[in-house]
Amino acid sequence: MWEYSDKVKDHFLNPRNSGVMESPDAVGETGSLSCGDALKLFLKVNDNGRITDATFMTFGCASAVASSSALTEMVKGLTLDDAAKLTNDDIADYLGGLPKEKMHCSVMGQDALRKAINGYRGIQIQEKPGDVVCECFGVTDLEIIEAVKDKSLESAEDVTCYLKAGGGCGNCLEKIEEIVESAKVEA
Amino acid sequence: MKTIYTDNNATTMVAPEVLEEMLPYFSELYGNPSSMHSFGGNVGLKLKEARQKVADLIHADPGEIVFTSCGSESDNAAILSALAANPDKKHIITSVVEHPAVKNLCQSLEKEGYRITFVPVDNMGRLDTDILYAAMDNDTALVTLMWANNETGVIFPVEEIAEKAAEKGILFHTDAVQAAGKIPIDVSQAPIDMLSLSGHKIHAPKGMGVLYVKKGVKFHPFLKGGHQEGGRRAGTENTASIIGMGKACELAGSHLKEMDTRVRAMRDHLEAGLLENIPAATVNGEKDNRLPNTLSIGFDAVEGESILLLMDQTGICASSGSACTSGSLDPSHVLMAMKVPFESAHGTIRFSLSTYNTMEEMDHIIEVMPGIIQRLRDMSPFWKKH
Repeated sequence: MWEYSDKVKDHFLNPRNSGVMESPDAVGETGSLSCGDALKLFLKVNDNGRITDATFMTFGCASAVASSSALTEMVKGLTLDDAAKLTNDDIADYLGGLPKEKMHCSVMGQDALRKAINGYRGIQIQEKPGDVVCECFGVTDLEIIEAVKDKSLESAEDVTCYLKAGGGCGNCLEKIEEIVESAKVEA
Repeated sequence: MKTIYTDNNATTMVAPEVLEEMLPYFSELYGNPSSMHSFGGNVGLKLKEARQKVADLIHADPGEIVFTSCGSESDNAAILSALAANPDKKHIITSVVEHPAVKNLCQSLEKEGYRITFVPVDNMGRLDTDILYAAMDNDTALVTLMWANNETGVIFPVEEIAEKAAEKGILFHTDAVQAAGKIPIDVSQAPIDMLSLSGHKIHAPKGMGVLYVKKGVKFHPFLKGGHQEGGRRAGTENTASIIGMGKACELAGSHLKEMDTRVRAMRDHLEAGLLENIPAATVNGEKDNRLPNTLSIGFDAVEGESILLLMDQTGICASSGSACTSGSLDPSHVLMAMKVPFESAHGTIRFSLSTYNTMEEMDHIIEVMPGIIQRLRDMSPFWKKH
């Protein structure tokens, strides 16, 4: 049993804004079937660059559904500039916190939102740079370094909680630990 | 809301008859079975009875029964004893779908320098016996295989494999934790050297395990200390639980027929009902060679934890083959080893029944599940409307 907050449970049992949007202005997709969770975010944006509507389609656990539902509620009414500043921690906070092992669900929300906004603005989304460290989830060394610095991650276990890297076969955990150690020194 | 408990491969209810048998040994009959006085000695006599009942369930001799604290301890004791008894042999054969009690110990032994062969299974969960037999060599200390798989219920041909191991002078251990009480086990019919049981899977309490050690097999104790269990497992006996285990084994033996008939019929009814009412659902494992109480079924494009939590809202208890419930992020190692496609592996649910379930409960599950799966599919980006 995960200890989910009442708000997580509420957003899982009564998801807001789930469904495919007819002719959306922006779409952000992240995750995959093999990863065990995925989110497709749809946005309507008005001429002033303000998000007027948001819906989602999510495959995943309760916290993935709740994070998606929360995200759509949070971005509605925001300008794209303000929405672009939202972080995964904001999503987790909105939900009254997430179990540490489930933080990657909120990261997924942030990622889908960034992709939707970048897509709307016509910004080419770069291929993930760096070398793949975690084969199971396709996570690169640069992504790990960025997360360690941004989220003040302390260990390989933390990296798994946030990025899922190392959470599959586990073969890359030692390598992740090395990256975390050197990134902590730099940070 | 009434609870419908279909998670009996995880744990079972302590049978009322078992509890009743145990209760006096928590209170007035607290003697130490090793004591010289009759107050303790009488408890010792009761333990002897219990040991006989456990032996009867698997057709063993009471002297071959060692009480432990759990199935995991039994597995660890068996494997480490086999290595200690064969200090010149550095090879173990096991399978890719073992319980963590065996799998993780073998992986840690591998790091210590032992050579481990993890025999693969096919997409029906059947062991590749060609690879298994080819792996047996002069360096092999032990073959350790589960009798039946906890997730899929698929039964391994342990008796046949035990014969082959015996021909080559290799020790054979089987983790029969899931098989016991669900299918007949007869150690007199095959050269099984060691066999693990767990109390709480067969309506005895948690914290109770059994290791069968065949007469004549050299045994090196896992827990050293006092003379209890014939010097094979130190520590003052867990008297109440051992007495409960005796009663539970007696009941399990008398329920074997019901398992094979009424419980099997309920499982088959549940399986047919779910397949008929929910599109894109797949049963995992070899259908004709499964424990009669187990159903592992995958639902495409939805995720196990979400299914379980919605089931929980209606009082139905089951398990998932998915990751999110355990902390690991991949689907279970068993489903991965069977190469079950991700699409259904992440959405796999295990129902495991007991003699306490009813056909009405199965009908209720069949009624509730289609709505739960549909509700999640309606918000899944991978669900293509059929």
